[in-house]
Amino acid sequence: MSCMQTIADYGLRSIGIGERLLPKTDFTLCQQFTLIGSGLIWNIYFAIFALLLGFGLSVGLALARNAASPWLRKPAEWFIFVFRGSPLFIQFFLFYEAFTLLPKNGIELNLGFTVLTAETRWLTRAGAGALIVLFLNTSAYAGEIFYGALRSVPKGDLEAADAYGFSGWSKFRRITFPTMLRLGWPAYTNESIFLTHATTLVFFSSFPAWQQKGDALYYANYFADKTFNPFVPYPILAFYFILLSLGIIFAYGRVYRHLNRHLPQATRPRLRVRPQMVR
Amino acid sequence: MFEYCADPKTLEGLTWLSCYLTTGKHFLFYQSFVFVVVLMLVTAPIALAVGFAGALASRSHVAPVRWLGVGYTSIVRGVPDIAFFLFMPLALDQGLEWLRHKWKCPDWTEAVRQGSDFVVCAQAKLPLSSSPQWVHEYYGVALGMSAFAFVFGAFAAYVLAGAMNAVPRAQMETAEAYGMTRRQATWRILVPQMWVYALPGLSNLWLILIKATPLLFLLGIEDVVFWARELGGRKTNAYDYPHPDWRLWYFLALLVFYLVLTRVSEIGFARLSRRLSRGQATMAGMEEART
Repeated sequence: MSCMQTIADYGLRSIGIGERLLPKTDFTLCQQFTLIGSGLIWNIYFAIFALLLGFGLSVGLALARNAASPWLRKPAEWFIFVFRGSPLFIQFFLFYEAFTLLPKNGIELNLGFTVLTAETRWLTRAGAGALIVLFLNTSAYAGEIFYGALRSVPKGDLEAADAYGFSGWSKFRRITFPTMLRLGWPAYTNESIFLTHATTLVFFSSFPAWQQKGDALYYANYFADKTFNPFVPYPILAFYFILLSLGIIFAYGRVYRHLNRHLPQATRPRLRVRPQMVR
Repeated sequence: MFEYCADPKTLEGLTWLSCYLTTGKHFLFYQSFVFVVVLMLVTAPIALAVGFAGALASRSHVAPVRWLGVGYTSIVRGVPDIAFFLFMPLALDQGLEWLRHKWKCPDWTEAVRQGSDFVVCAQAKLPLSSSPQWVHEYYGVALGMSAFAFVFGAFAAYVLAGAMNAVPRAQMETAEAYGMTRRQATWRILVPQMWVYALPGLSNLWLILIKATPLLFLLGIEDVVFWARELGGRKTNAYDYPHPDWRLWYFLALLVFYLVLTRVSEIGFARLSRRLSRGQATMAGMEEART
């Protein structure tokens, strides 16, 4: 079987397109590359949606944490503490158990004039349930980062904004938010890389890989189990993830350049990812 | 444990709960919490030592050593840690067995890898098939710990390398002016001074180490996650203490355990950093002097 044929059969296996049965014997290098790469689709899916959704919530959390009113501040502080202070692995288990306890045939919402049935079954699938956990988790981490950045917005900038007659929403939109984003961006890049890495946990916590549709690590582990040789699949996985990490650094570097476009060329800071604070 | 627990079917309410929470299996569950803490306390110094070696290697003047140090830290950073937790124990086990195989059975002619089998001679097996059960269990734990030490060593190496660079240059130049060799300057000037700069990064690493411990479950070690799943699952009337699916509550207990562990560590590190910054010419040091 040629390698092109393998790619055609297994390239989209992780989302259920192509050959149904996974290879059982005589594993070729091509099969391993194809299947692990196919699993990467899940990692990218989780990372992109968790980060996109999480960005909004994290900015909200940062603002709430900075609010004067304890009604806003306290819940934000607790949310961040709970999600940053406990292992993601346990969070996956906890949420999965909570989702399975929801009634199987959906919850009936009685709105008085009509009865709505909220489907709950999809929450126990990795594609939605794990995404929710990852979204809440990354929001907490990024919320803490943006809170720190918000606190270090220079006083002079805010005073200058006041002097120019900015206030309320336009001050936030024009001054506070861009500066906060600029200051928090390197740390946020780091968080995004680690979130992408954390997506490999999904199929090793409770969430089942339905019909063997798993992520990259799921397939790498499958090959290592079958061949009893960890030295081929895991380096392939490492190769893919290093590429992915470099891709993230590149993309975030472009955004960082955009955020700093007002500065003269020579003084623009370069995005240097410092894993000093690993999550 | 209590005498009135002899017939659990007749109990109810709090008495039932007090008996339920003191069964033998629950004590194994409580033990696993202690096990997690002990494991972290043992792993942290090993990881720190690995990290220290890595940091020194990445500053070395010998190019291959430097490449090794830099390559080690950057590869571990680029790859999900959980991949290492799955890879390292298996790789280490096979590596050790292969070395022992070469050493103990030199006249073995067959290939070690035969299809999907990894065959070494009986004397080279690790642990030996004749060794008692506890050796097998501890061997698994040791392999898991080495995976932790490997991953966290890389992060620690990065933190320590940063701390070494943060020690003021003038200090090292003064050491050279006093005629110290590079080695002397490193050990007498650089290493004692770098810890203050390393502390924020190291405390953060400790918090991450705490949060990585449940991953031991993936290595088949009977840790807190294992027991939470085991005890929380639905128990039918065939058991002494039947109950519905309580895994949610068990995992909630684990969540609280980890939150407490994190909080206690944070408070401890805050104290330590106050203590270390005493007498330093920094803002924290000045604030400390004022109080």
